[in-house]
Amino acid sequence: MGDARRPEDGRSTARSEWETGTLEGALGKSAERPVAFTTVSDLPIERLYTSDDLGPGWNEREKLGYPGEFPYTRGIHPTMYRGRLWTMRQFAGFGSAEDTNARFHYLLEHGQTGLSTAFDLPTLMGRDSDDSLARGEVGREGVAIDTLADMEILFRGIPLDRVSTSMTINAPAAVIFCMYLAVAEKQGVPFAQLEGTLQNDILKEYIAQKEWIYPPRPSMRIITDLMAFCACSVPKWNTISISGYHIREAGSTAVQELAFTLADGIAYVEAGIKAGLKVDDFAPRLSYFFNSHNDFFEEIAKMRAARRIWAHVMRERFGAVNPRSLMLRFHTQTAGCSLTAQQPLNNVARVTVQALAAVLGGTQSLHTDSFDEALALPTETAVTVALRTQQVLAEESGVTNTIDPLAGSYFVEALTDKIEREALTYIARIDDMGGMIEAIERGFPQKEIADASYHYQRQVDAGEKTIVGVNKYAIGDERKTDTLKIGDEVEQAQLARLAGVKARRDEARLRRGLAALAAAAARGDNVIPFMLECVRDYGTVQELSQALVPVFGTYREVSVL
Amino acid sequence: MAGAIEGHVGEERRLRLLVGKVGLDGHDRGAKIIARALRDAGFEVIYTGLHQTPEMVVATAIQEDVDAVSLSILSGAHNYLFPRVLQLLQEKGAGDIAVFGGGIIPDEDIASLKQSGVKELFTPGATTESVVAWVRANIRPRPLD
Repeated sequence: MGDARRPEDGRSTARSEWETGTLEGALGKSAERPVAFTTVSDLPIERLYTSDDLGPGWNEREKLGYPGEFPYTRGIHPTMYRGRLWTMRQFAGFGSAEDTNARFHYLLEHGQTGLSTAFDLPTLMGRDSDDSLARGEVGREGVAIDTLADMEILFRGIPLDRVSTSMTINAPAAVIFCMYLAVAEKQGVPFAQLEGTLQNDILKEYIAQKEWIYPPRPSMRIITDLMAFCACSVPKWNTISISGYHIREAGSTAVQELAFTLADGIAYVEAGIKAGLKVDDFAPRLSYFFNSHNDFFEEIAKMRAARRIWAHVMRERFGAVNPRSLMLRFHTQTAGCSLTAQQPLNNVARVTVQALAAVLGGTQSLHTDSFDEALALPTETAVTVALRTQQVLAEESGVTNTIDPLAGSYFVEALTDKIEREALTYIARIDDMGGMIEAIERGFPQKEIADASYHYQRQVDAGEKTIVGVNKYAIGDERKTDTLKIGDEVEQAQLARLAGVKARRDEARLRRGLAALAAAAARGDNVIPFMLECVRDYGTVQELSQALVPVFGTYREVSVL
Repeated sequence: MAGAIEGHVGEERRLRLLVGKVGLDGHDRGAKIIARALRDAGFEVIYTGLHQTPEMVVATAIQEDVDAVSLSILSGAHNYLFPRVLQLLQEKGAGDIAVFGGGIIPDEDIASLKQSGVKELFTPGATTESVVAWVRANIRPRPLD
């Protein structure tokens, strides 16, 4: 870097000479390809990056630090994947609890190291299988859970002290978590030994995924109750997985995903502090969940920027001192929305690129999508290829040999800085509105995402963004791909089981428990112990959820087009 | 009124289209894109928002005098929801309102849904232009009472 600098702009003289000499000569002979050089999120990318692009104040110590040290840009662990590989965690759930239990056993036998549960839509919305709105949706997109009886089957033969379980559930997260606790009780496993993650990120539901029960503010109250309960009784449990994944799937840009997700994280920390918790008591149990899309470097830069922003926010804004509060740990899933129904095997290549970005971005765990997921829930063959993709990256590609191998790349560092700056601008706008809950009530993130999603679709339709096999290199008649079918018998069987449980349980005892739960909510007591009691008595997800509606109300979205 | 009717001679009024999300499915990215694209193409668009029952969608369709109902379903519940909406439209004497839609719908289901009266189904990868073009070619204004 001993280059001479031009006094007018501080840029290196050698670079200017290259631009006016070698480059201009080459461009004079043949122009660059007539395409926009932009990321999938439409960030412009320069022809070349040099030390000039890092700016005069760029300081390695301050921007990167060392692995396991503030600001954690290079990773949260001092040894990263040389110490321990990321957790390969494939999301699974379909049909009945028996079906999903069998898939869990299959995945564990094939080398998967953690479980991840997908629930069906009625469960995600806090509805029982026998509710009229659940018609046609029971067990379709995930496993149907109505009562503890289903949960007992779901984890049959799986010792809860020896696996870590991730549960993707939000609006009724506390109820499902109580069911997991009750299964642990029956297995004789102390709560303190339980490891896993509850998604429990209600804010991104209002922003993107749209599965809610109560309005934002009472929903936040249940979350802070859960954080308090876990800090005391289930200390190894990750209480919220603050999720950008769904924000991105809803059509946001990479910067929006990062900014809105971190703003959600800030809102949870503020809520915890407001509820009287000490930041270092609950912040170490917050984790993140990001999407990994097709644009390789944009994703890596996003993940590196995420760690740096969070470390600063936690230290400077919230005064956290425990290093674990400052470290942004995250799960990644490859981008479902990037998968194509056309020529589905091409998705194996997309998933590989996205998974590699997540690994180079320093993820703690990873789900790789199956190539047939734009058509239906994945078949066993497709799930196996997805898991093998991770194993090839981990054990054949060599990318795990050294920590944060892209650090110091002029391009990656400049892009990391740019994404950080743009995300901070969004976060400042949200702060100006009074925080994320106010921003959601105004429809701000919803509108930003809808605009970005529409803009991208127009670019695809115009051929400005390429989707291989869809708007370029398409073929007419394609061979059919075998897909997984979920029959109606799942719904019928689930309805029969639910009716059986309802007939056998102690109804009077449950009614007393539900009344006590509502009373606790109205008094402002922590609702979790009351929920646990109702769950033990085989109360349903819907009964518990509805018991709180008189106190908390329900949410209706004002649609933003 | 007479003037308005005269003004209609030889030209059709703007199409009114309902874009709906039925059931518990919260995936509204596609529905919103389609609603915007149809609106930008010059149609009148009513977007229902999320979590509608078939009964609610049909009531809105009749109340708003729409010419077609389009449903976006990514939850796998299409084999229940499309036929249910068609049935309710028939029952309410509004069987002439066309129903089309899109989502993640397997080919074999597309065939049976079309047989039961769904006019067209668009699957992932369909362009907004193709949807707009199909609407222009296939949806006609219903005669107003």
